[in-house]
Amino acid sequence: MGVEVRVEGLTKAFGKQTIWRDVSLTLPAGQISVMLGPSGTGKSVFLKTLIGLIKPDEGHIFIEGVDIATCSEKDLYEIRKLFGVLFQDGAMFGSMTLFDNVAFPLREHTRKTESEISDIVMEKMTMVGLVGAEDKLPGEISGGMRKRAGLARALVLEPEIILFDEPDSGLDPVRTAFINQLMVDLNQQTEATFLIVTHDINTARTVPDNIGLLYHRHLSMFGPREMLLSSEEPAVRQFLNAQTVGPIGMSEEKDADELAAEDHSTLPPLPPIPLQLFPSDGRPRATQPEPGAWCAANGVVPPPGSFLDDGSSFTVPPQTSVAGGAR
Amino acid sequence: MLGVVTGPLATAGKLFAFGADVLLAVFKRPFQFREFVQQAWFIASVTIIPIALVAIPFGAVVALQTGSLVQQFGAQSFVGSAAVLAVLREAAPIATALLVAGAGGSAIAADLGARKIREELDAMMVLGIDPIQRLVVPRVLACMLVAVFLNGLVSVVGVLGGYIFNVVLQGGTPGAYLASFTALAQTPDLYQGMAKALVFGLIAAIVSTYMGMHADGGPQGVGQAVMESVVITFLLLFMANFVMSALYFQLIPAKAL
Ligand SMILES: Nc1ncnc2c1ncn2[C@@H]1O[C@H](COP(=O)(O)OP(=O)(O)OP(=O)(O)O)[C@@H](O)[C@H]1O
Ligand SMILES: [Mg+2]
Repeated sequence: MGVEVRVEGLTKAFGKQTIWRDVSLTLPAGQISVMLGPSGTGKSVFLKTLIGLIKPDEGHIFIEGVDIATCSEKDLYEIRKLFGVLFQDGAMFGSMTLFDNVAFPLREHTRKTESEISDIVMEKMTMVGLVGAEDKLPGEISGGMRKRAGLARALVLEPEIILFDEPDSGLDPVRTAFINQLMVDLNQQTEATFLIVTHDINTARTVPDNIGLLYHRHLSMFGPREMLLSSEEPAVRQFLNAQTVGPIGMSEEKDADELAAEDHSTLPPLPPIPLQLFPSDGRPRATQPEPGAWCAANGVVPPPGSFLDDGSSFTVPPQTSVAGGAR
Repeated sequence: MLGVVTGPLATAGKLFAFGADVLLAVFKRPFQFREFVQQAWFIASVTIIPIALVAIPFGAVVALQTGSLVQQFGAQSFVGSAAVLAVLREAAPIATALLVAGAGGSAIAADLGARKIREELDAMMVLGIDPIQRLVVPRVLACMLVAVFLNGLVSVVGVLGGYIFNVVLQGGTPGAYLASFTALAQTPDLYQGMAKALVFGLIAAIVSTYMGMHADGGPQGVGQAVMESVVITFLLLFMANFVMSALYFQLIPAKAL
């Protein structure tokens, strides 16, 4: 069972440059959350803060009662054993083959025999589709392959909390669909707490239970998927629908004149909320909400066409029988 | 304006703190023996040939300088001794410092810097491994070991070079050269050379691992880290050399003639 991560009033600045201020959110145990945000808004910094690689200037991060922001180095190393992390560029050890990379955590932290290790490693390599590349060095493979190898390594100790920094950047659309399905399946099997940083709108709309948006040096909104997908808040709406009209410009944020010049009356209507991606066996995950549950509970009328199998133009149908398990 | 003063001071403070972390990590088990051997081999392999090539002209120049100086004073019989002293006390440790910092240290900084920007070090920490214990300690110890060996190598090659230069080219007599060896030089000279080499290896390794682990900002950042580590190491090594030489003269009485 996953572990809850509670973040309170987190603030981080590098020198005079404030990255974000007063970020508070709770990653509910066992759920999938997605963090969105324009490039350079500090999503990677946020992930690194969650695992104590970067110390925040203010605020707390509570995991199983321990505050990562202030705890001792020793406690930190203990707490990190709960985590699996996929770094943005894979972060494979350059001097080891992919096999040794994936086997590394097992060799360090378990007393398994080499043959047990080999079984586990090959299982994870199969999962991410890297069979046959075990003996390659990280320098000899493509960025997308490195990323998948990083995923295999992050999974190998069966962590309670998994952080994914852009699991889908640099992957082709088919593999992105595979990775999304893989993450949903993994969440169903392990019931770990997931936090995914992504730029892929389709992923953000269909995979998570919760969505957060980092923008303009603060956490603009964090909450259930349906809340953000039906939100009229300009930045959230613009980002989740990949539009040019809205407060987010090419260079971080638009200035007042530019914003005033925009005509908000002609905003296109909100697209329908797609169904969440189901695990490939068609059974919902333990933490997966009923489609439309949040909207119904909060008296929000979802955009027309929401929660239909074929309802969303955004959904790229994955290879497995998602539709079969939709109802 | 203040930054000009506080900048280097802050760096010096961080270097000391880092050195203390390394010292603590030396005693953490399990000791990374494989990494240590690999690194020692690697540092030796990038420094041995250049240092041998540097040592011969170094020995010859020292022999030439001391030789002519000693002759001006009319003390030809001490030519051998003077050359040996100069090589053991100063030339060998300095040549070692140059090579350990320039070749060994820069290689270490580049290696760790590349790992830093590829986020390998972060990944390691997340996997519960302390990079200081895993990567830095073996490098520091390897660097110290290799520095002592290099110092020995330079001493031998330098003294041989001096001998050949004096006897073959300057027409000195082999017997006199050899006989005067022990006239001024004493065993503590050898020890202080080794002690210097040990300290130089330590400083070079600490600075270059620190710079590598704190590289920032992509591939240029690694280049920057390597450059800074070499410059800072040189500065520190020449300073340490001066201090240790001065101490040596205070502590060990010169041999009576
Ligand atoms: N160690 C550091 N020192 C100083 N500044 C840093 C450091 N790490 C990150 N930054 C700065 O923090 C900001 C946010 O960086 P971050 O990598 O978190 O962005 P991001 O949201 O992950 O962007 P992307 O989507 O492009 O990956 C950037 O402006 C970056 O320059
Ligand atoms: Mg990032």
